[in-house]
Amino acid sequence: MSIDLKTVKHISKLSRISLDEQKAKKLETDLNSIFKWIEQLNELKTENIEPLSSIAETKLRLRKDEIKSKNIREEILKNSPDENKDFFVVPKVVE
Amino acid sequence: MSNITDLSLSELVSNVKNKKLSSHDVTSEYVERSKKSKNLNTYIEETFEAALKKAKEFDSKPDFNKKLPGIPIAIKDLFCTRNVKTTASSKILNNFIPTYESTVTQNLWNDGAILLGKLNCDEFAMGSSNETSYFGNVISPIDKDLVPGGSSGGSASALAAKLTPATIGTDTGGSIRQPASFTGTVGLKPTYGSCSRYGIVAFASSLDQAGPMTRNVNDAALLLEVMSSFDNKDSTSVDFKRPMYSKDLSKDIKGKKIGIPKEYRVDGMSEEIEKLWEDGKNYLKDCGAEIIDVSLPHTKFALPTYYIVAPAEASSNLARYDGVKYGFRTEGNNLIDMYEKTRSAGFGDEVKRRIMIGTYVLSSGYYDAYYLKAQKVRRLIKNDFNNIFQKVDAILTPSTPSSAFKIGDKSNDPVSMYLNDIFTVPVNLAGLPGISIPAGLDKKGYPLGLQIIGKSFDEQNILNIAYSMEDKINFKFNLKEWWMND
Repeated sequence: MSIDLKTVKHISKLSRISLDEQKAKKLETDLNSIFKWIEQLNELKTENIEPLSSIAETKLRLRKDEIKSKNIREEILKNSPDENKDFFVVPKVVE
Repeated sequence: MSNITDLSLSELVSNVKNKKLSSHDVTSEYVERSKKSKNLNTYIEETFEAALKKAKEFDSKPDFNKKLPGIPIAIKDLFCTRNVKTTASSKILNNFIPTYESTVTQNLWNDGAILLGKLNCDEFAMGSSNETSYFGNVISPIDKDLVPGGSSGGSASALAAKLTPATIGTDTGGSIRQPASFTGTVGLKPTYGSCSRYGIVAFASSLDQAGPMTRNVNDAALLLEVMSSFDNKDSTSVDFKRPMYSKDLSKDIKGKKIGIPKEYRVDGMSEEIEKLWEDGKNYLKDCGAEIIDVSLPHTKFALPTYYIVAPAEASSNLARYDGVKYGFRTEGNNLIDMYEKTRSAGFGDEVKRRIMIGTYVLSSGYYDAYYLKAQKVRRLIKNDFNNIFQKVDAILTPSTPSSAFKIGDKSNDPVSMYLNDIFTVPVNLAGLPGISIPAGLDKKGYPLGLQIIGKSFDEQNILNIAYSMEDKINFKFNLKEWWMND
């Protein structure tokens, strides 16, 4: 399966990464060579194999829902991109 | 006494405990040497003044029960450090100052270690040569034209150049073991679940593990002992009784069965690597171990599987860098435009490439063909290891298919760069522990490494095997200090 320029631009949209024409063309070449190499996985029959998503394969632990870190409001606000004493100010992301 | 910076971590610890050296003696030597070694471009953030102050504090109230009493350590810039800039070598985190500490680094400080600074690495740990860093490539002390390997390249270079007595890295597909192999040092990737991932900038969450990088095996055992802990803050942390790796270190490996996987004898493997591997087998036989030929039939599928799984997880993990929550932002005409411009300007080419691969394999219509397929093959690869670990106690392989390559040699060909991790990636996919130890030099005089792979949570065993081999190998590298400024 080859990846054309239109697909590269579609993936770039999905990835939320803007690309100029030159970069898109370079990526078209790179992605094609990478996926051509990846295709060798098709040599394997895997119909009846259980997918492995995590090595741990243990049940997630349950814990009490309780506050462990107290009075960290100021600490957290230090990473607010806009300087503001009271709120974590970000651009409007919902209409 | 020889130079302080020539001493191993374990030697420093005993000298401090015996009051032959103070923390300040040690710290100031490393600070001076690091200051003269800027040509290697290993440090992203230096915390020298704070380190010297902490060393004095330690000396005024020393606690010699600590395992790393007042020992200065520089670390990979992928670990979040409270109030110290943490960039993951990316422009997009260029001004990020965490207000919390990663569990692994907290474990170091709790046991007396002192932060020397944050070390350069590939951007978001994506790379095998340290050429993808926003802060420029790291130079190897082995030779000025060589890459130190990656992604923990700054760590490997700083360690080999003796700018830190030991360091810690992270390993998603070989990022500790490959640079260790390239620089003649020891690097250990622990079993998935041994070291907490809390506070480590995430790359591929089902593969990432932190581990020690040191000058010898004893030091690796000591540092792992401090790093590894059960942590409620990491849902994949495993609660098991952690051995005292350094105390229990032993050279008795008599009767151990060591597997030699035939699939690792890859096409075009150089005679030097063949010989290195052969020598490794002989050393093991000398130690009383038994060599057994084994087969890991799905080996060749490990790398393509990795290049689906790792980018898929990365594309999801890196979605958080959107210009909204972190400092770096490029304004746009609207919200989507801002996202796209921020991410385009904030990420480097390799990171963009991997996000795109990951997005593609997870996208509608391709998920089954790529991502699900890769997860199934990952199961086959893990089963291969399960099968042969019924018959053997550990596996011996080369760490890398060649010695360190030149800067720029592979940077235009992603697949040839990816092939560098051929012997290390299967270990991450199966979640197993692996250690690389320096084992010889090639014709050019560059270091080569051997890797020992163990069963899950059997770090003690691979450390013991490495410890026995280290003795027989007696690796020496004559480091010429060509990079130093007065």
